[in-house]
Amino acid sequence: MKIKLGKEDIDSSLIQQIERVSGETIKRCYQCGNCSGGCPVSYAMEIPPTQVMRYLQLGMVEELMASNSMWVCVGCLQCFSRCPQSVSVANTLEGLRQLVLRKGEDHDRIEDIPLPMLKNAPQMAIVCGFRKFVS
Amino acid sequence: MPRIGVFVCQCGNNIEATVDTQKVADETKKLPGVVHTESYKFMCSSPGQDSFKKAIKDNKLDGVVVSACSPHMHEKTFRRAAEAAGLNQFQCEITNVREQCSWVHHDETRKIGTDKTMDLTRMTIQRLKKNRDLTKITIPVTKRALVIGGGIAGIQAALDIADGGQEVVIVEKEPSIGGNMARLSETFPTMDCSQCILTPKMVEAELHDKISLYTYSEVEKVDGYIGNFSVTIKKKAKFVDESTCTGCGECWEKCPFKADSEFELGLSKRKVIYTPFPQAVPNIPVIDKTRCPKILKDKCGLCAKVCGPQSIDFTQEDQLVTEEFGAIVVATGYELMPNKDFGEYGYGKITDVISGMQFERLASASGPTGGAIRRPSDNTEPKNVVFIQCAGSRDEKRGVSYCSKICCMYTAKHTMLYRHKVHDGQAYVFYMDIRSGGKRYEEFVRGAIEHDGAMYLRGRVSRVYEKDGKVIIQGADTLSGSQVEIEADMVVLATALVSRPGADTVAQTLGIGYDKYKFYNEYHPKLKPVETVTAGIFLAGTCVGPMDIPESVSQGSATASKVLALFSSDKMAREPITAEVNKQTCNACWDCVTSCPYVAIEKEEIKDRKGNVVNMLAHVNDGLCQGCGVCVCACRSKAIDLNGYTDEQVYAAIATF
Repeated sequence: MKIKLGKEDIDSSLIQQIERVSGETIKRCYQCGNCSGGCPVSYAMEIPPTQVMRYLQLGMVEELMASNSMWVCVGCLQCFSRCPQSVSVANTLEGLRQLVLRKGEDHDRIEDIPLPMLKNAPQMAIVCGFRKFVS
Repeated sequence: MPRIGVFVCQCGNNIEATVDTQKVADETKKLPGVVHTESYKFMCSSPGQDSFKKAIKDNKLDGVVVSACSPHMHEKTFRRAAEAAGLNQFQCEITNVREQCSWVHHDETRKIGTDKTMDLTRMTIQRLKKNRDLTKITIPVTKRALVIGGGIAGIQAALDIADGGQEVVIVEKEPSIGGNMARLSETFPTMDCSQCILTPKMVEAELHDKISLYTYSEVEKVDGYIGNFSVTIKKKAKFVDESTCTGCGECWEKCPFKADSEFELGLSKRKVIYTPFPQAVPNIPVIDKTRCPKILKDKCGLCAKVCGPQSIDFTQEDQLVTEEFGAIVVATGYELMPNKDFGEYGYGKITDVISGMQFERLASASGPTGGAIRRPSDNTEPKNVVFIQCAGSRDEKRGVSYCSKICCMYTAKHTMLYRHKVHDGQAYVFYMDIRSGGKRYEEFVRGAIEHDGAMYLRGRVSRVYEKDGKVIIQGADTLSGSQVEIEADMVVLATALVSRPGADTVAQTLGIGYDKYKFYNEYHPKLKPVETVTAGIFLAGTCVGPMDIPESVSQGSATASKVLALFSSDKMAREPITAEVNKQTCNACWDCVTSCPYVAIEKEEIKDRKGNVVNMLAHVNDGLCQGCGVCVCACRSKAIDLNGYTDEQVYAAIATF
């Protein structure tokens, strides 16, 4: 991958928006890798948590949007509890999800799900799924 | 018949585990000349030493052998105890039966260890029988110190020695003291202005009545030894009379000729008669004789005409002075690696690629731009600045293999200074590792990243080239695994710290060691970091290796404490383990003179009653001799012997075995 880096990428309005929505300071991450090490689902992420932070530092939001990372995160906050710099990758990924969800596209509604499926689904899956897919 | 005592230490279980010490004691008691033996749990403990002293007195011993740990550990302890009991301390010998015997054997029957201990002890006993009483050598001390180099380390050393009441001379190559630190804008991690904290010390050194400054001078020759050095110093012609010059500045104001300023690293011009920088100490100009038309072809001479006190003297010549010193502090400092070697970074080709030290000058309030960040090519404010760390450092192929230690910190400082001066500017830093070991250093670097927004990219830069007035940097960010391209306005290289050119010549003049990078060797890198193998010569600051200001200052003070300790008495005592020439058998072949690594052997003139020289013989200078024994081996006529390790002693030990 080749990137052209400039001031406009590092401090873009999009990055500022993600910081505002997530409440995280992206610069604080010093890339130790503890989040990726402890994340229970990082094996399934196309871009693991540590690199999510790095991509954001470099302003590479597009690549993140195209990856599955933000949808795989279950929000267990292990990354946050382990982070020596007190950064929450989970919160940051939530910020990214919000960017998508607030556009109102791909909006799932609970009443659209057939009742039998809803009845059989584990409680955790419903909580987790709707925390993620509903804004 | 000698009366020898043998003391075998059990060292807890360290020796006892594989050596039957009681058996050793019993067996050695049977040897001729041995009148007392004992085995004890810890000979070095207080009760152990008391019984040792008591045994010497009670048995009227005239020599003692302690079979215990390495002499490095407790030789001093036992010799001191022997002396307290009334023995000459060189009649006390140590047998190393721990490191060289018990620790290396694992025989549970203890036979090997016991036999070997007996052999070793027997050898020492025979050796001891040939020992002579020796007395410590006393050498007079000249209480005057020479500090070579007037940077921060040298200034600190000089101030501390002078405050201790001893005279100091600082020899500085440049027209002013201050060194590299005078060039810096701010200093990490406190960001106080370098000149603000340095110039008071420079002035203090100038005004101190115990300190003399020899600026624009170099050390030519060093003779003598600890306490008694004789040093020849070349005072280069300044063409200005220091006693009358008031430093008014009329001369350099009027001088019509300019040259690149060395102090400003070529970023601005200076006059041909100049002081390197406005706060120079002493504030006395020198004339650059390689460029002055008056000196070269007898034209101009304007400075002499405008000089009120008539201090300009074009006839001055270099002067050689020889002075006596008791100790020498070497603080010759560093310089940055000339980065012309880094073609891929465009240095020398692209005007806007500068060195870290040049950036210091740009950021300095007293620098060529008055502290405004302007790029050299068109004097505009750069909005994107790329800092490249490890330019030359950690690069075995084209640079140096070591880490230059201070670059991580000063680059972080540069990004801060840059952001403070150019609010809408963006700093990028390419690094391999961030090495910020030191008090408040890591926090400082995090501040540069989190607070001042420096963009740190982990990777080396592989190429820097120019395109449409921009400098294009091609590097990598290994954290995201991407290739990075940045359009920059200016590039700053954190080039490696290297020793000064000619550092090797200085070392040879002084007789001290240096490594392959021409950094000077400490006596011991951990436990004697400011001493050299040559007694009386000490090291401070970056001439030893890369270090920052706090470390250099600490080393300056450390050398001062060493010098003051040396000067604390009029005479100093030394171990009498020195070579001695037998004048009857010396045939003056001078093999010893050429082989001595300490230049301790002189050619002594033997005169008859009328004072005519009738013969020349080798003579060992006790002050310089370190007792290494090279001359003993080199001597063809076996005329040299080493006191404390005489042939007689060594052969006696071997014969027993």
